[in-house]
Amino acid sequence: MLAFILKRIALVIPTFIGVTLLTFALIRLVPGDPIELLAGERGIDPERHAALRAELGLDKPIVSQYGIYISDVLSGDLGRSIVTKTPVLDEFLSLFPATVELALCAILFAIAIGIPLGIFAAVKRGSVFDYTTMGVALTGYSMPIFWWALLLILLFSVQLGWTPVSGRLSVMYYVESVTGFMLIDTLLSGEKGAFQSAVSHLILPAIALGTIPLAVIARMTRSSMLEVLGEDYIRTARAKGLAPFRVIALHALRNALIPVVTVIGLAVGVLFAGAILTETIFAWPGVGKWLVESVRRRDYPVLQGGVLLVATVVMAVNLFVDILYGLINPRIRHQR
Amino acid sequence: MTIRMVGAALGVVATLGLTSVAHAKTFVFCSEGSPEGFNPSLYTAGTTFDATSRNMLNRLVEFERGTTKIGPGLAESWEVSDDGLTYTFNLRKGVKFHTTKDFTPSREFNADDVLYSFNRQGDPNHPDHKLSGGQYEYYNSMGMPDLIKSIDKVDDHTVRFVLNKPEAPFIANLGMPFASILSAEYADKMRAAGTPDDIDQNPVGTGPFQLVNYQKDAVIRYKAHPDYWGGKAPIDNLVFAITPDAAVRYAKLQAGECHLMPYPNPADLEAMKADPAINVMEKEGLNVGYLGFNTEKKPFDDKRVRQALSMAINKDAIIDAIYLGAGKKAKNPIPPTIWSYNDEIEDYKYDPAAAKKLLADAGYPEGFETDIWAMPVQRPYNPNARRMAEMVQADWEKVGVKAKIVTFEWGEYLKRSKEGEHQTVMLGWTGDNGDPDNFLYVLLGCEAAKGGTNRARWCHQPFEDLIVEAKRTSDVDKRTELYEQAQVIFKEEAPWVTLAHSVVFQPMRAEVEDFRIDPFGGHIFYGVDLKE
Repeated sequence: MLAFILKRIALVIPTFIGVTLLTFALIRLVPGDPIELLAGERGIDPERHAALRAELGLDKPIVSQYGIYISDVLSGDLGRSIVTKTPVLDEFLSLFPATVELALCAILFAIAIGIPLGIFAAVKRGSVFDYTTMGVALTGYSMPIFWWALLLILLFSVQLGWTPVSGRLSVMYYVESVTGFMLIDTLLSGEKGAFQSAVSHLILPAIALGTIPLAVIARMTRSSMLEVLGEDYIRTARAKGLAPFRVIALHALRNALIPVVTVIGLAVGVLFAGAILTETIFAWPGVGKWLVESVRRRDYPVLQGGVLLVATVVMAVNLFVDILYGLINPRIRHQR
Repeated sequence: MTIRMVGAALGVVATLGLTSVAHAKTFVFCSEGSPEGFNPSLYTAGTTFDATSRNMLNRLVEFERGTTKIGPGLAESWEVSDDGLTYTFNLRKGVKFHTTKDFTPSREFNADDVLYSFNRQGDPNHPDHKLSGGQYEYYNSMGMPDLIKSIDKVDDHTVRFVLNKPEAPFIANLGMPFASILSAEYADKMRAAGTPDDIDQNPVGTGPFQLVNYQKDAVIRYKAHPDYWGGKAPIDNLVFAITPDAAVRYAKLQAGECHLMPYPNPADLEAMKADPAINVMEKEGLNVGYLGFNTEKKPFDDKRVRQALSMAINKDAIIDAIYLGAGKKAKNPIPPTIWSYNDEIEDYKYDPAAAKKLLADAGYPEGFETDIWAMPVQRPYNPNARRMAEMVQADWEKVGVKAKIVTFEWGEYLKRSKEGEHQTVMLGWTGDNGDPDNFLYVLLGCEAAKGGTNRARWCHQPFEDLIVEAKRTSDVDKRTELYEQAQVIFKEEAPWVTLAHSVVFQPMRAEVEDFRIDPFGGHIFYGVDLKE
């Protein structure tokens, strides 16, 4: 098991190099000088421009900029935002809990709905229910998030007035950040109504963000379930006269869930990508919205550092899932 | 049924927002983005100014709300010496700073605060000069380092600015966000406590609202300054709910989650105007969109060519197609909201035949080939430069001029056009201080032709003489006359095709009272009230 974990960790190193190199190169390939952009129509005189470039280290050759960046990163320094002048890591840490909270709720929503749907669709294979669910799942999968999110807002917030339009908490409440997780902080604050407000603010963004993973999970569960249901041991279980529920819930589901766990692990990357759009639309103060802003402002340190941190998190989660998977399925960890 | 009940319960929570607090009036502004920081002298974005200078800080002089007219602020009055070099400000007495949880002011506003706020920006040896990155973009771009010779404290309530050269717009500069006055006592205290950055993160000023807290990228909270020298604001709490997407801001306005939103989608305006719960105010913006000819390059060094191409453009069609009601045709380089706007000037009439004749006179009977640079970004003064360029291209084609449309990424576009790579270029300008000088000298003066903000690279001595003289004269009537003449020369010489001034739309809930559109594009909430 230890060898398996070490091997997985070793794989992180090339990924890390790839991510730093890519983010570093991509943002610099995008034309546009951050200083010109900050100055806008007003312009900036060439001397000050040169001085600012030197201050930001942009006057050095690209290769040495990368070298400096990597050595800074390895010593734990991700730099400071060009715009706000605050350390990138501090900004990330203050915004990250909001993204995690949203992502967790989205994935819980996706699991809670997606797995049962997938099971039913598999069990009732070929029925109207099966076709409808899988059709809807495919639609959900192909839906542009921003469009879907706006649609949800227009229906539930504007037309029906059930949920608030955007934000994390009604502006009438002020909750001191303790954990950074609004659901927990509002409970800790003991302020009446604050927790309900936090929940109501989470519903729509969690649905918007959870829709694609939900579709993937439902379809994955269905196909994996179908495969398992065709196995000999299921036939045996049925032949033994076990109740259909026991057959499905105990014998089939346990094995069918193995690939689903992987899909859920992979969904973390998808969730971060989706969070960028979802957070921008729902004015959710997380890292997704922060990264979008940084592209617009050509805030190199934030973009590089932010993407690196997000990539680290995704890698960590995938590593965790791999290990978990190894634990669930001994065949994986014994593979050479 | 259960779903319906849950929904109803959530609905109650959602609307709780604005209705349950009739006793303390809370005004919610759905702002479009996060401030870069809380010290306006360090930044240049309007979003930052809304969050700082326009609502929580004061300046020596203030623009009267909703106008570009300068009036008293923290200075009750001022005198300008005859040579225009010395400005003496008599400071207001009894002005109280904000009391926050970290700071209780021990004294009232005085000359030390003025000195601190300016010296920090202008004096490289000031202890706080390097704080928070130490870039004072506006202080520099408004030419303050070259302009200010010294700032002296005459006594606790008198400050004297001595200039290196007479500069009439100086007084308007002092009304700009960068010239906001911060508490020197607070800065000293924070420096002593080892947290000097606090002056930029949690500033203490004298304005009508004071900062309560900022949750990054989410909410900024202010409360009314109880001892504000102008009298406490009618609203008690001011909240900025940061909402980057315009469609979502509109949804929040509809749902009653905010009272006022900036920058609506033009496509939503009709529905907004039809909604009885929403009022839409409008006003011409302090800006101009133009198409500049590079007068250093042939054939644009010949004014007949510039005039001909001005006549060849069907401006009415462009305004209708591009601005969709959010723009007014421009004939002068300054917008009509600025004093000295010369309304007697007649614009070039759309006349392709005359244009063709004029081109022939200039030696181009068959036309010529050129380029049109189109901005890649949307700006209020030009919401769709690419489409506009296509229309101009088609118009010019009719008089034999074949233009290629060129565009670059925004930063690159600004840089290259500053260096004069273009033949003709689309751009625009939004005023900083409401002074005509801020358009005419900055965009069309000879100095600017060298510096690059004069994209037409047009340096015309008769025009230059007028605007330089106007700069040196402090008498407003005299200046008005000079600028009016300058606009006549400008039109005759046609270094630009003046395209349009934007119209700013300001949607708000019907219960909002006495909001005034700020010509500088800001959102100012002092004086605004909510109907019960």
